[in-house]
Amino acid sequence: MSQDIFVVIEHLRGQVAEVSYAMLAGARQLSKADNGEVVAVLLGHNAQGLAHDLAADRVIYVDHPALAEFTSDAYQIVLAGLIQEHSPRAVLFGHSSIGMDLASSLSAKLGIPVVNSCRTFTEDGKFVSQICGGKIMVEGALPAPAALATMIPGGYKTEQGQSAQTPPLTPASAAGLDNLRVAVKQYIEPDTSDVDISKETMLVSIGRGIQNKDNIELANELAQALGCALSASRPVVDQGWLPTTRLVGKSGKHVKPKIYLALGISGAPEHVEGMGESETIVAVNTDPNAPIFNIAKYGTTIDMFDLLPVLIDKVKQAK
Amino acid sequence: MKIAVPIKFVPDLVEELTIDPSGTALDTTWLRLIINELDDHAVEQAVLLKERGGGDVTVLAAEADGVDDFLFTAAAKGADRLIKLTGDFSTADNHALGRAFADVIKELQPDLILTGVQAHNDLDGSIGPLLAEYLGLPYVGYVAGITPGGDKVIARKEYAGGLVAEVEVKLPAVLGIQAAEQPPRYVAYSKIRQIMGTAKIEERPLGALESGGGVMIERMFQPEAAERATMLEGSPEDVADKLVGLFKELGTL
Ligand SMILES: Cc1cc2nc3c(=O)[nH]c(=O)nc-3n(C[C@H](O)[C@H](O)[C@H](O)COP(=O)(O)OP(=O)(O)OC[C@H]3O[C@@H](n4cnc5c(N)ncnc54)[C@H](O)[C@@H]3O)c2cc1C
Ligand SMILES: Nc1ncnc2c1ncn2[C@@H]1O[C@H](COP(=O)(O)O)[C@@H](O)[C@H]1O
Repeated sequence: MSQDIFVVIEHLRGQVAEVSYAMLAGARQLSKADNGEVVAVLLGHNAQGLAHDLAADRVIYVDHPALAEFTSDAYQIVLAGLIQEHSPRAVLFGHSSIGMDLASSLSAKLGIPVVNSCRTFTEDGKFVSQICGGKIMVEGALPAPAALATMIPGGYKTEQGQSAQTPPLTPASAAGLDNLRVAVKQYIEPDTSDVDISKETMLVSIGRGIQNKDNIELANELAQALGCALSASRPVVDQGWLPTTRLVGKSGKHVKPKIYLALGISGAPEHVEGMGESETIVAVNTDPNAPIFNIAKYGTTIDMFDLLPVLIDKVKQAK
Repeated sequence: MKIAVPIKFVPDLVEELTIDPSGTALDTTWLRLIINELDDHAVEQAVLLKERGGGDVTVLAAEADGVDDFLFTAAAKGADRLIKLTGDFSTADNHALGRAFADVIKELQPDLILTGVQAHNDLDGSIGPLLAEYLGLPYVGYVAGITPGGDKVIARKEYAGGLVAEVEVKLPAVLGIQAAEQPPRYVAYSKIRQIMGTAKIEERPLGALESGGGVMIERMFQPEAAERATMLEGSPEDVADKLVGLFKELGTL
């Protein structure tokens, strides 16, 4: 049993995912409770270079051809072995396409509790999770003697998990990686033929509050009057009302425009992940308790269908 | 292909959520439960696979207000079997639910199990990967599209920024659905009414399910904003004027 906090570093195609740095910062906070070390766990093939800016006390690096691409199967086998061998106090994963393929299964396999959606940790060893679309926070002691946790971004800045010094690296070997049941066949690149919403200085962004496909035209008219692009939350894209290229959030683009005008968007953590760092967020939402008002600089609870026609006219006049 | 879809009901986020006097749980007095949106996508994906390649679809749910209606709706969409786990689930967490689903799904021997990739109130892990481990099966989540191919499927797994990985997964397997290949279809209420007369919900009594995940909540609260939004008051005209002023000030107009 050790007091070390393990952080499973997420990376894809030669790039460390940002959530990894948030996890390192969270792990540093958590390590203060029991004086453990922050240990980055890096799995890959010819990937040791990715460790260079990790703010960890040390790195366990596992190299194997079967780890060249992320698969839940191979990662789970290697991580289960490492966790059983080292018995860390906690293991942090991203609440993401990589981490969520691992954490709950490992919890069931190893009989170690898992806490989802942790946003921050406290120095006295508590987790603070954000659930219910950002409307509810939950706090509790991190289960003892060992726990797994998935982390959402937003609680720590990327820089807090970065270091100018390369941490010492210990290689570890991997076994049991034959007969895998999951294999990556190929990647499909995102479409680049449409506008790149991450390069726009202003975005008019619509959410489920837009109600139907026909109403998109109204928002489009505003965007055109303002000379900016239209973006959207996931439900709008899943309904096929706008193409995936316009999606903002965890599974879409990360944007940082000067003004992000959110129309009928609740502000779920998965959406905020993609637009939380916009310079000025303006939210139009009829629900005064919508989480979007916690991150917006300006807001109004006026119905967007009452506001939009008037706003379009006034913007046109102002030009 | 035999497909099983375990689904979960969650609090409706459109309603105001309040915290009960204990300060550690949601107040259930006025709580309205609805289907986890992603589970609805999982049902849609299962029905699409059946329509394209044949097979049968079983939808499973733990007892809750509104579950029967959802199960009948699933049948109207094309589900063949409806199973309801009955008992006291008030303290059941995802580990407990996952185990309960695993026991029932084992008998069904499905080729594919589809779950929503998450539910918004998950705390002790997510049902899909828990279930996969209890059943000893591989799990791939964030899936938005499935192509069957013999004893394998190709799952389209989403990463940030619109990147997609085509992942080959050996069957049987559990896949966590992020979105069905098309939005969940609408079925007319008349059709649901009709199916209520013929479809049967099989009940599996489970007694009381204890929590099994080992996560204790000490405090539940609404998020405090570092700096809450300045609210623009007045008529639509007033607010529009203020917004135009703001756009000019910030140089985007
Ligand atoms: C793994 C995963 C990845 C995800 N990735 C993303 C992602 O990349 N991007 C993303 O956006 N989401 C993503 N989501 C979904 C996310 O969890 C939320 O479900 C989604 O962001 C909600 O979209 P919304 O705010 O448009 O809809 P809702 O949450 O339904 O909010 C609609 C809002 O509109 C308001 N409204 C309704 N009518 C009006 C009106 N007339 N005028 C003004 N306001 C009105 C309502 O008060 C409500 O707050 C992901 C989810 C998962 C599980
Ligand atoms: N696509 C659909 N078509 C018809 N009914 C549905 C559909 N999706 C969900 N339902 C039913 O509507 C109920 C409540 O959903 P909601 O309207 O979102 O509150 C569900 O429990 C289902 O019974």
